[in-house]
Amino acid sequence: MRLPILTGAAVLGLAAFASGPAIAADALTVVSWGGAYTKSQLEAYHKPYTAKYGTKIQSEDYNGGLAEIRAQVETGKVTWDVVDLEVSEGVRGCDEGLLEPVGASKLLKAPDGTPAEDDFVPGSVLECAVGLIVWSTVFSYDADKMTGAKPTTLNDFFNVKKFPGKRGLRKGPGVNMEWALIADGVSRDDVYEVLGTKAGQDRAFAKLDTIKDHVLWWEAGAQPPQMLADGEVVMTSAYNGRIFNAQVTENKNFAIVWDNQLFAFDFYAIVKGTPRLDEALRYLQFASATEQLANQASWISYGPVRKSSSALVGKHATAGVDMKPHMPTNPENFKTALLNNSDFWADNQDELNERFNAWLAK
Amino acid sequence: MTVDAGTAPTGPILAADGTPLKVSLRKALRVRRLRAIALVLPLFIFVLITFIFPIVDMLFRSVENPVVARNLPITLAELENWNGKGLPSEVAFAALAKELVLARDNKEMGKVASRLNFETSGMRSLITKSVRKIRKLKQGPYKEALLKFDKRWALQETWLTIKRIGQAYTAVQYLAALDMKTQPDGSIGMQPEDRQIYGLIFGRTFWISLLVTVFCLILAYPVSYLLATLPLRYSNLLMVMVLLPFWTSLLVRTTSWIVLLQRNGVINDIMVWVGIVNEAGRIQMIYNQMGTLIAMTQILLPFMILPLYSVMKTISPTYMRAARSLGATPATAFIRVYMPQTGPGVGAGCLLVFILSIGYYITPALVGGQSGTMISNFIAYHMKSSLNWSLAAALGTILLAAVLMLYWLYNKIVGIDNMKLG
Repeated sequence: MRLPILTGAAVLGLAAFASGPAIAADALTVVSWGGAYTKSQLEAYHKPYTAKYGTKIQSEDYNGGLAEIRAQVETGKVTWDVVDLEVSEGVRGCDEGLLEPVGASKLLKAPDGTPAEDDFVPGSVLECAVGLIVWSTVFSYDADKMTGAKPTTLNDFFNVKKFPGKRGLRKGPGVNMEWALIADGVSRDDVYEVLGTKAGQDRAFAKLDTIKDHVLWWEAGAQPPQMLADGEVVMTSAYNGRIFNAQVTENKNFAIVWDNQLFAFDFYAIVKGTPRLDEALRYLQFASATEQLANQASWISYGPVRKSSSALVGKHATAGVDMKPHMPTNPENFKTALLNNSDFWADNQDELNERFNAWLAK
Repeated sequence: MTVDAGTAPTGPILAADGTPLKVSLRKALRVRRLRAIALVLPLFIFVLITFIFPIVDMLFRSVENPVVARNLPITLAELENWNGKGLPSEVAFAALAKELVLARDNKEMGKVASRLNFETSGMRSLITKSVRKIRKLKQGPYKEALLKFDKRWALQETWLTIKRIGQAYTAVQYLAALDMKTQPDGSIGMQPEDRQIYGLIFGRTFWISLLVTVFCLILAYPVSYLLATLPLRYSNLLMVMVLLPFWTSLLVRTTSWIVLLQRNGVINDIMVWVGIVNEAGRIQMIYNQMGTLIAMTQILLPFMILPLYSVMKTISPTYMRAARSLGATPATAFIRVYMPQTGPGVGAGCLLVFILSIGYYITPALVGGQSGTMISNFIAYHMKSSLNWSLAAALGTILLAAVLMLYWLYNKIVGIDNMKLG
C-alpha cells in the first residue's frame, strides 16, 4: 500500500501551489496585525479611501518582524505595499534599505494649516515610517472571575502569593524586562540605564524567575483576551486596544491596570521597490491625515499621534462609549507611563532575545 | 552474391538493413535510454529546483558571510596589518570612516551594523551614530574624532569583531549553533552558561521524537494487527477511522487538542465533574512538553499504522497455525513467529515517524509552550524574527546531517532493503 507516501507528496505539492491568494493587479496591499486593530484601520482608512479614489485595498495580517519584507525586497517580488510596523523595525528597515523614505514634508497639513512636522508628536515621524497611533502594553484581569482583592499595581502582577494563578506574558524580552526591574524596585527613569548593564539584566531575569513557573507565553496580540476569556490565566499583559475591544464589543468585564504601562508608537511604512509607489504614498497621506486618525480612535482605544486629531476623538462608532478615558494618553492613565526606548532595543534586542530564549528553554 | 562456404565470415554480423548488428543494437538502446530519460526529466528538474538547490543554497548560506567583507574591503586589508595590540592606525580609521559613509549611501550600512550587532551588542548604534558623526566631518584625522565621539572605538574588542566578521567565509554560525564562540583571545570556547541553548534544544528534539516514535509504535501495533486480521467489513470501518484524521488538516487537529486539553478544556472539566481532581487541581496538559507529545503522537500515528498494516496484511496466518500445531502457546507463537515478520513494517514506521518528528514545527509552536518547543521553532525564529538567516541555515544543516546519520545508522543496523513502506 503506497498511500502514505503518495498522499504526503500530494499534500505537499498542493500546499506549494495553492499558497498565496491571487491579488488583483491594481489593488493596494496593506499589511497589519489583524484582529480588532486591522478592523479599525479597515473602517477608518481602507473604506473611505476606496470610496474616495476607487482603489481596492487588500488587507493582510502578519505577526511583525522584517523577514517577509526582506525576502520580498531581496527577491525583487514586492507584493506588500504598505506595512504597519513597530518603531525598531521602522528604524532598522530604513537602515537596511527595505523601506521607502517618506519624511514629514510629504504628509498632509492639519486642517488649521499646521505643518505635519509640528502636528505629529515628537518621535512619531521617522525617515521611512509615519506614526499613526500611540499604543500601550498594560496588564488586565477578568473582574468577573477575580473574586476578593483586585490587583492595582505592577507589583501585584509579580505577587503570586497574593494573586495565585497563571499569568500571560508576551514571549520575548521586551516589556517583560522593564516590568521586572520596576517591580524589583528600579525607578522608571533608570530602567533602561540599569537594563544596559550585565548586572541589571541578571536582576531582571532573577525577578522573572520568581514567576516563571506561573507564566503562559503568548505571541499574537489576539491571544491575551482569549486566554482571559477561557480562564487560562488570571491576569495577562496585553495591548490596551485588544482589551478595550473585548470590553466593548464582546461585553467582557475585563479590567485594565494602567500602572507602569509601556507605551510606543505604531507606524506605516512603504516597502522599497513596490510597483505601486504613487498609490501607496497617496494612501499613506490619506491614512495619516487628521480626520482618519481621529476616526480610527472611534474604533479602537489607541490614541492618534496627531495633536490636531486628539480634539476630535469622540465616542465609539458602534457602542457609543466615550473613548477618551480608554486612551493610553488620558492623564488619569498616563501618570506612571514609560516610553518604550527604541534605541535601547535596536542595540540590545539580538543579545537579549538570545538570552531570553536560553532562559525560557531551561 | 553468395558467400563462399569454405571461408569463415570475417566481417561483422549485419542486421537486416545492412548496418552492423552492434551499431544497430546500440542505436536502439540509445533511443530507449533517451526515452527513459525524457520520462524522468520533469521529475528530475522538479527535484533539482525544489530540493537540491535550496539545500545547496542553505549549506552555502551557513558559511557565507559577505556583508562586512563586501562593504569594508580597505578597512579589512588595513586591519590585516594590525597585530591586535593597541589600536589600529589612522589609515584604518580613515578607511573605515570612508567605507561606512559609502555603505550608508548604498543603503548597506544597516546590514553591516546588524551583522556586527549579532556578534557584539551595541555595534548597531555605534555604527549608525558614528556614520552620522562622520558625515559632518570635513576631513581627518578620523582616529581622534572617532575616539572622542565614542569610547567604544578605543576598545580592541570592537576592532577584533570587525576583523573576525570580515572573513567572507566563516564557521562562526556553526560555533553559535553548538553554543560555542570565539573568545577575545582568539581561542574557541563555550558560550557563557546563560547563553547556552541549542545543545539543550537539539537534545530535547531528539528525546521528544524518540518518545513520539515509541508511543506511536505501542498504539499502532494492536490497531494494525486488528486491521490486518479482522473480517473485511470491520476492518474497512476501522481503516476509515484511521484515515479520516489523516485527511484532516494538521491545524484543525492541533487546535482541537487545545480545546480538549486546556485548563478549562473538556478533559479537565470532565475530571473535575467526576471528582478525580478538584477545581484548584486542574492539570496543565498543554503549553508544555506533554501537550507536544500528545498532539504529535496523534498526528503522526497513521504514518506508523499504514506501513505496519501493509506488512501484517502479507503475513500468512498459516505460520501461526503451524507454530500452534507444533506446540507453541499463543503468546510464544505471537512473539517468536509473528512479531519477527513485522520487522520491516516496524522499521519503516519508526524511521518515518522519527524523521517527521525531528523536523516538526507547527504543532510544538502551538501547543509546546516553553518546555515543548523544538529546534525547528528556533530555525523559524531566526528566519522570521532575528533575521539571522545564516544561523538558521547552520541549525538546519546540523539537523539535516543528523537525519542523514540516522539513516546511515539504520542502514548499517537493520538494512534499508528490509524496510517496507507499503
